[in-house]
Amino acid sequence: MAAGVVIVGAGQAGFQCAFSLRADGYSGPVTLIGEEDWLPYQRPPLSKGCLSGRQDLDGIALRPVEFYESNRISLRTGERVSAIDRVGMRVALAGGGEVPYEHLVLATGCRNRMLPGRERVCYLRTRAEAGLLLERLEAASRVCVIGGGLIGLEVAAAAALHGLEVSVTEVQGRLMARAVGTVMSEYYRALHTHHGVRVRLGTPEADWSADVVVAGIGVVPSTELAEAAGLDVANGIVVNEELRTADERLFAIGDCAVYPSRFAGGMTRLESVQNAVDQARAVAAAICGRGKPYAAVPWFWSDQYEAKLQTAGLLAGFDREVVRGDVESGKFSVCYFRGGRFVAMDSVNRPGDHMAARKMLGGRAELTPEEAGDLSFDLKAAAIG
Amino acid sequence: MSLFNRKPKETISITYISHAGNSRTAAVPLGTSVMEGAVSNGIDGIVAECGGACLCATCHVYVDEAFLSLLEPIAEGEEEMLGNTYSKRLPSSRLSCQIYVTKALDGLIVQTPEAQQ
Repeated sequence: MAAGVVIVGAGQAGFQCAFSLRADGYSGPVTLIGEEDWLPYQRPPLSKGCLSGRQDLDGIALRPVEFYESNRISLRTGERVSAIDRVGMRVALAGGGEVPYEHLVLATGCRNRMLPGRERVCYLRTRAEAGLLLERLEAASRVCVIGGGLIGLEVAAAAALHGLEVSVTEVQGRLMARAVGTVMSEYYRALHTHHGVRVRLGTPEADWSADVVVAGIGVVPSTELAEAAGLDVANGIVVNEELRTADERLFAIGDCAVYPSRFAGGMTRLESVQNAVDQARAVAAAICGRGKPYAAVPWFWSDQYEAKLQTAGLLAGFDREVVRGDVESGKFSVCYFRGGRFVAMDSVNRPGDHMAARKMLGGRAELTPEEAGDLSFDLKAAAIG
Repeated sequence: MSLFNRKPKETISITYISHAGNSRTAAVPLGTSVMEGAVSNGIDGIVAECGGACLCATCHVYVDEAFLSLLEPIAEGEEEMLGNTYSKRLPSSRLSCQIYVTKALDGLIVQTPEAQQ
């Protein structure tokens, strides 16, 4: 019997790869190996719906167990791959045993960057961490969030909406500095302040006496397995435009993969559902013999209070921001340009702009700064071009 | 009082009919979405790639006409995504992640399209 596909990591990317392999008609064995004990689950609700109270931690599984059975996906949760034998084409499990592969997909994701020597700090990446955080928030009245990135701000917004006293500390001079431009950062600073959150920028000083301290200070890609197997690692597992490593039977996808992106103008590593899902689909297609260069438009979203942030493209190296609409109204977009070229858009409560931007960035449509700032300019029509 | 954790909820019955005509009925808790009801019961035909953020249009359904008027109107974000469905948009088209389960919807019938992507 053929060795089939082994997927290491059962997060969004790993799950999607198994799903897409079957949807694409792959008939060989598929093994999905994950360290966590749960069925593969969605991570976005951990900082969104589960904190707001709309969703239960019990309701975030990507699919029920029967799905894996009926699709002949061998799901091995609570198991860790300890080594890759590229010559023998098999992986070794920490708990003993080996699984042979014809193709190996590394979807190992990331782990939290931690604050050293601070035992009491909560993090939010896994379901177990979310459970612990929820338990602590239940009993809290004062919360300190360290890190003014997406996760930290989503936690801050949920806690503030539940009536807790919240502070956010960010060492950089503005919020979400990695993800959005200066106009958007300022909008979110004002929004959080309006909801009673104390936002401290440009300082490492935190409210350590708060009942709960949560750190969202970024993640580190899990590359140890790849590195030990002699693969190229540089802030992630290095892959080519087909998401293959130097070993053509090995792929890397999702948060752990560094790939060449025309949107980034070079190698990049993205942490988003879109990136996980689209890369997983691309690799499933490649394994089925229908591979093509990966070129999906990056996008993500964030829910904070009534503001729905949607981003399209990558704003790396932008030199001009153009606001579309009225920031004060809470319905506006910011368009980013690099050397006069439209490269990204962030939208707050303007889903039409967002979808048009995704289409424009994925196609050939151009957008000038003048058009971007003119609300009477029909973005949707221009996107269809 | 629990601020963050939801209590177990009552359920209603929702019938999902596939493009091929196979029908499955599931008990779906109040306050969750029609998409979540499908996904958590392993019902094919609803992909829900973005997990319910109204950003991917892969949970497209055709709602039985008897129930259409009971639904909340289509919001701007859903309208945008309905313009991007893989299968044809019809007057009965909705994104199932945007239909939240209420008692009034008990017995809801939705049909899944031929393909979601």
